Amino acid sequence: MFPELIDTRPLRRGVDDALGWVVTNWGSAFEAAARPLLLLLNAIEALLLATPWWLIIILLTGIAWFATRRWTLPATVLVSLLFLGVMELWKDAMSTTALMLAATLTAIVVSVPVGVWMSRSTRVRGVFTPVLDLMQTLPSFVYLIPTVMIFGPGKIPALIATIIYAAPPLVRLTDLGLRSVDPAVMEASRAFGTNPTQRLLGVQIPLALPTILAGINQTTMMALAMVVIASMIGAGGLGYQVLQGIGRLEVSRGLFAGLGIVVLAIVFDRITQAFGRQLQTRIGVSEVRA
Amino acid sequence: MSTTHVESAIRIRDVTKIFGPAPLEALTALRGGMSKAELQAQTGHVVGLDQVSLEVAKGQIHVVMGLSGSGKSTLIRHVNRLIEPTAGEISVYGANVLEMSLEQLREYRRTRVAMVFQKFGLLPHRSVVDNVAYGLEVRGVRKLEREAEARKWIEIVGLAGYENARPRQLSGGQQQRVGLARALALDTDILLMDEAFSALDPLIRSGMQDQLVSLQKTLNKTILFITHDFDEALKIGDRVAVLKDGAVQQEGPPEEIVLNPANEHIEEFVRDVNKARAIRVRTIMETGPSEPCSIAVPADARCEDVLPLFAEHQWVGVLDASGAQIGRVTARRVIGALARHGARNPSVSTPALETV
Repeated sequence: MFPELIDTRPLRRGVDDALGWVVTNWGSAFEAAARPLLLLLNAIEALLLATPWWLIIILLTGIAWFATRRWTLPATVLVSLLFLGVMELWKDAMSTTALMLAATLTAIVVSVPVGVWMSRSTRVRGVFTPVLDLMQTLPSFVYLIPTVMIFGPGKIPALIATIIYAAPPLVRLTDLGLRSVDPAVMEASRAFGTNPTQRLLGVQIPLALPTILAGINQTTMMALAMVVIASMIGAGGLGYQVLQGIGRLEVSRGLFAGLGIVVLAIVFDRITQAFGRQLQTRIGVSEVRA
Repeated sequence: MSTTHVESAIRIRDVTKIFGPAPLEALTALRGGMSKAELQAQTGHVVGLDQVSLEVAKGQIHVVMGLSGSGKSTLIRHVNRLIEPTAGEISVYGANVLEMSLEQLREYRRTRVAMVFQKFGLLPHRSVVDNVAYGLEVRGVRKLEREAEARKWIEIVGLAGYENARPRQLSGGQQQRVGLARALALDTDILLMDEAFSALDPLIRSGMQDQLVSLQKTLNKTILFITHDFDEALKIGDRVAVLKDGAVQQEGPPEEIVLNPANEHIEEFVRDVNKARAIRVRTIMETGPSEPCSIAVPADARCEDVLPLFAEHQWVGVLDASGAQIGRVTARRVIGALARHGARNPSVSTPALETV
């Protein structure tokens, strides 16, 4: 056994007490601060549930057609969505989609500026890279518990946990995309007297867009991967069905809800990827990135 | 040639550029007598340019010629301060470029100097017309106006019909025409061309060179042109500076460099060069009173232009700018000049060279 060099109990107690102090003194402040997230999630969910199922199917199939101009993807999307409806998973699927969309939107708003910042300074990148590593490798239950303690069980901690897990790839890919813009093009832009903002908006972001879109695709996928865990702390949807299936040993319930998650993942993955490819050919960036 | 009273457009004085973490300390060491090789080995600093001085007269094509690593691309980037010098002075029409604030520098880049790049540097997500209009857009010109201007220049460089194409749909030569049009559309007096034609096929390159020279005749721009191709330098340059290891080896009209290479390095270039292209009839003509010839060429015509005329004529007259005959040449004289300059060299007469 490794010898006990110091007594770690005071350290553990210190951390626990500090969290307890934050919960009692700052709990309501945190909750108020996270309220916009909840409103966003509720608004998206209400919108999806208020929209008739056939309209959503038409819209998504239409988007799939617009993204590829071929019949294969729209057909896949149509079959996938019909499966959700037929299996009586529609309402849960919409809740899950709402959680995924809210997490992705928030991640875009936060991650893209952070990615821009990282791409401009090695020092900032040096600070953020380990943080991103931590966010992606720390088991989600570790930060789930304090979040639930602060916000109480419900949709907010579920959404926050999803964002923490899903945002890092978008930050990384934004940073990568901006840095890998052809230096010759950047230099030419500089030679014509552009300022840094004009270069960012007029050259870097348009040319990095396929990579940023790949990041958004990754974020949606990772958000969907979190739905079962998120449902343990109060998010409803397909994840909750899976959880119930496990709890009641109802294999069929778990299996069909699980397939429902897969189907959603396929629909959103293929659609965002198709848009990425379309953008790449339009810009003329030949490399194909995941 | 009378370049002394011509107004100078770009003046570069003692510009030194040292790449590395502590360039100023390296500069002190260099000035203290340390050699470039020692400096690089001991401190890891690379001397890009070493006390380069260059004066570019208004309305001339001034070529800086050098092999890769000679510092020529570094030099041209100092003129619009894409690279900051470690020491030295740079002025353009009397304005000190190095004292400009960031905002003044952007204004200077938007309005006074335009640049053409070896790798084109076109924006791949924009159409040809939007690329050509880019500089004007940055300058703040209204959309309709800048598009009309862009279309005009697209037409001039011979790309009419490609306005809405994307850069990747064009060949290398066409892309560089877009790059050229983009620079010309800014209508700046000064044009910086960094190996603008080096990435192109020989035939297309030759066509672009001709186009540049003829554009220059009508637009009268001041062009600083970087190349590694000595033939190109001789073909388009009013003056040529040869750069090696970050220092100017020789500077002067192309003929002077071909006729009197300053050192062995330049001698090596001159050996393979097309001398008929470098030498102008003015230098070799017979002067004195002579009867008018049935055919005549201007005084700055090149030997290569005159040679075909000897198929039908014995004498070719040489005219000054006003059209008066000031001398004449014979085939014999031209051949003699080409052979003489080819066989031996007046300034370098080293037996060592022959044994190489």
